[in-house]
Amino acid sequence: MRRSPRETHESAVRISRRGLLLGSAQLAFAGALALRMRYVQVDQADEFRLLAEENRIKFELLPPARGRLFDRNGAIIADNEPTYRIVMVREDADDVDRVIGRLSQLVELDESDLNRAIEEMAKTRPFIPVTIADRVSWEDISRVAVNAPALPGVKTEVGLSRVYPRGDLFAHVAGYVGPVSERDLSRYEDPPPILRIPRFQIGKVGVEAKHEEILRGTAGTKQLEVNAVGRVMRELGRREGEAGADIQLTLDSDLQDYVKARLGEESASVVVMDTTHGDLLAVASAPSYDPNKFVRGISVADYAFLRDNDHRPLASKTVQDAYPPGSTFKMVTALAAMDAGLVAPDETVWCPGHLEVGGRRFHCWKSAGHGHMNLEQSLRESCDVYYYDLALKVGIERIAETARRLGLGESHNVPMSAVTSGLIPDKDWKRRERGADWVIGDSVNASIGQGFVLSSPLQLAIMSARLATGRSITPRLIKSIDGLETPSQAGADMGFNPNHLLQLRRAMFAVSNNRRGTAYGSRIIAESMRMAGKTGTSQVRNITAAERARGVTSNADLPWNRRDHALFVAFAPWDDPKIAVSVVVEHGGGGSTAAAPIARDVVLQALYGEDPPLDAYPTKDRRRIEAQQERLAREREARQAEVSSRA
Amino acid sequence: MTWLEYSVKTVPSGWRKILYLNWPLVVLLSAVAGIGFLMLYSVAGGSWSPWAEPQMKRYALGLAVMFAVAMVPIWFWRTMSLVFYMTGLGLLVMVEFFGSVGMGAQRWIDLGFMRLQPSELMKIALVMFLAAYYDWLPNNKVSRPLWVILPVLIILLPTFLTLAQPDLGTALLLMIAGGLMMFLAGVHWAYFATVISAGVGTIWAVFQSRGTDWQLIEDYQFRRIDTFLDPTTDPLGAGYHITQAKIAMGSGGWTGRGFMQGTQSRLNFLPEKHTDFIFNTLAEEFGFVGGVSLLILYVLILVFCIISAVQNKDRFSSLLILGIGLTFFLFFAVNMSMVMGLAPVVGVPLPLVSYGGSAMLVLMLAFGLVQSAHIHRPR
Repeated sequence: MRRSPRETHESAVRISRRGLLLGSAQLAFAGALALRMRYVQVDQADEFRLLAEENRIKFELLPPARGRLFDRNGAIIADNEPTYRIVMVREDADDVDRVIGRLSQLVELDESDLNRAIEEMAKTRPFIPVTIADRVSWEDISRVAVNAPALPGVKTEVGLSRVYPRGDLFAHVAGYVGPVSERDLSRYEDPPPILRIPRFQIGKVGVEAKHEEILRGTAGTKQLEVNAVGRVMRELGRREGEAGADIQLTLDSDLQDYVKARLGEESASVVVMDTTHGDLLAVASAPSYDPNKFVRGISVADYAFLRDNDHRPLASKTVQDAYPPGSTFKMVTALAAMDAGLVAPDETVWCPGHLEVGGRRFHCWKSAGHGHMNLEQSLRESCDVYYYDLALKVGIERIAETARRLGLGESHNVPMSAVTSGLIPDKDWKRRERGADWVIGDSVNASIGQGFVLSSPLQLAIMSARLATGRSITPRLIKSIDGLETPSQAGADMGFNPNHLLQLRRAMFAVSNNRRGTAYGSRIIAESMRMAGKTGTSQVRNITAAERARGVTSNADLPWNRRDHALFVAFAPWDDPKIAVSVVVEHGGGGSTAAAPIARDVVLQALYGEDPPLDAYPTKDRRRIEAQQERLAREREARQAEVSSRA
Repeated sequence: MTWLEYSVKTVPSGWRKILYLNWPLVVLLSAVAGIGFLMLYSVAGGSWSPWAEPQMKRYALGLAVMFAVAMVPIWFWRTMSLVFYMTGLGLLVMVEFFGSVGMGAQRWIDLGFMRLQPSELMKIALVMFLAAYYDWLPNNKVSRPLWVILPVLIILLPTFLTLAQPDLGTALLLMIAGGLMMFLAGVHWAYFATVISAGVGTIWAVFQSRGTDWQLIEDYQFRRIDTFLDPTTDPLGAGYHITQAKIAMGSGGWTGRGFMQGTQSRLNFLPEKHTDFIFNTLAEEFGFVGGVSLLILYVLILVFCIISAVQNKDRFSSLLILGIGLTFFLFFAVNMSMVMGLAPVVGVPLPLVSYGGSAMLVLMLAFGLVQSAHIHRPR
């Protein structure tokens, strides 16, 4: 087909024109692209650089070593031990089933753990290590390490776990740690990231929980480079964390050990308090439990055993249980009356064995009556009627005030779990809580520590320490944190008339040293160690008129859980007090028979710092005491051997 | 025959043709391909396999194809235009029935030694056929409605076939390239003005209808358009890719993080790092300087094409060269806009740099045509 040259020329010009136009548009667009590049790469470079770093850098927290717990002499109470676990990386094990088969020949693997691990491995990315067995023994780990070439993908990892080398000895004080639960997290508005560390342990009860922040330490960080699917490419940097601070308790593990042995099978508690600084030397609740079981995850059967035991091993009886203090409360009533100027120490009251108040008959424990009683006699022989009479004179408000000054009815600041405040009732309280008016019978009951009055063994120890010193001494459980001594809790003078206190101390001395004293059988005869104390027997049930008529009042005739609680409070040496003690034996019967002997042994043990010489005891007791000392020494040695074999 | 109009004597013949090749264009193409090899080596973590080495082989093959095509006189290719176009249409139909499914769309035919993407071939065939059409059409008929409708049909036929694959990106490219060919050929402004205003009007109407009683498309379609236009509204889905791509590019800064030091590509945060998003690897590792250098190379290729077209007195040749340059421009412009977050992600590779066989071969074949037109131009 032909075309005239003119036409060709004309169209060539048009095409060139439009071509150049379009070309310019293309160049303009390219310029726009360059501007965009400048905007993204130059103007926004820092922003995107940061985002790129955020993409690739992952921080992993390194768990810090938890602060340890020591006793006052530096003996370890709570330690950290390395634990080993076996993990598997799917992509490194060519044939997972075969490798697991080989592994199970070397190490005993738990069937359910294994199935869970295999399931998890199938779900997660192939390079993520999955735990096959946790808390593997050192022997097993060595076997795995030796056979490593035959076990591709199997690795061993080490971590730190809490261990309580003394087993159940400090369980109620130190408490235990456990894995972080949803409940632990819910306590924080914004849970600290450290709690998200796998296998992180957090204090659950006791000092471990109360001083969690001190013991925890701060986490270190590991900077890792990861790719888009989260595989770790390399470690970029590492900052070690800071271990938690060590805490030294005021407890004396030797004394604690002795107390535990001395309590034996009883359901009982003992508090030994130093009267100079308020240091708690022994805080024992029996029976106890092994906190190590809780750290590892206690089995349902073990837990059920602890929970359903009628001796309540899980309860920290020293601080969490409140008992009617019984006759140990009589010092409070007496001091209130003396302070009010309503009674002189040598004034007497006639005890016919009972007192009629408001048409009701209140019995003395001795139904035949004590006859004429002054302060010292009434305390020594624990006459109830004397105190009924005082209560009628002095009234509940003064008694309650004195009780509070002596440390009862108040929750003391010790870092243990569920510290009770006990109960010191007064008129307001009864109206508020019971919706009833206070009646005179309530005062009568309260005067001998029955009725509404409740106090914990810790409070009773504080009470006797305050009576012994006249100072508002408070308990100290933490001796030092990270080597820094905590302040003394000696307290200031409470402002009681020294003469009144002296009268009371004399009377308490008579309790355990006068031939007619209720605790005369548990006297100490070493001159410089003599003990002053007070027995108490608190009723668990009311003795009905029918029972009284039948004469079934002997504790031995009753089932264990309906017998009276036996109490004893003491301080020693009586003329220069160094320690104060409280003993409560649940359903032990009488304070003089069940609690006082324990108190005497504990006092002597604490004052001598070892098994006391037999001549501290009355002659007729020595043979029995010697046998007891030998038996307890053997028990303690056996336990000590168990501890060292575990370590 | 039109080639008789050429002063045949001055057209080089035999091996002398090699001297008359547009050598600057060859150098520029090779430079771009070289950048591609380097980046493919880098994204493979400093390894020639699995991408750089096959890519080099393909480029060598591509060069051979280019030279071979260049040796053949341009008037032969012009007579073959209709054949190519019909073949392309045939293959597009075939791919509907026998094609392999990749990425959810039927796109290629497996020829055994390579996978043929008919839509790639169609881009060149369409440009060739339109150039031949306007070469044949007398100048005074160019803007007559009947002669305008005919090329529109020529364009829409392969567009719809591509859309059916479905490959929206390529279909749009075909339509734009075809429309611009008509513009270059001298079709009257009024046609373009009408079509553009009608298109804009429709889009405006669709968006205006949103949330009213007379809504033109469904809600889910609107949402799809939303993420298509602004992927950041869906940061974990469609937005993830573009966000990571922008991070890769932006973190490069002025001079980049260094060869093989780009964390975004090395650690796989960057998707499709060896194909569609390879530009981001370049931008991350060599920064603004690297990115602009590649852009300049592309622009130079474009400039050399336009110069060659303007110098060429043959209508078919200049339309063809401009059309191929335009196609090339559309490739890199769309890809770059996409990876910079200026345009939706449509899956257009970066020409000569992205890893991929048929795209590169087709492109080299096209440049072979440009070279042939350059060698055999009337003097």
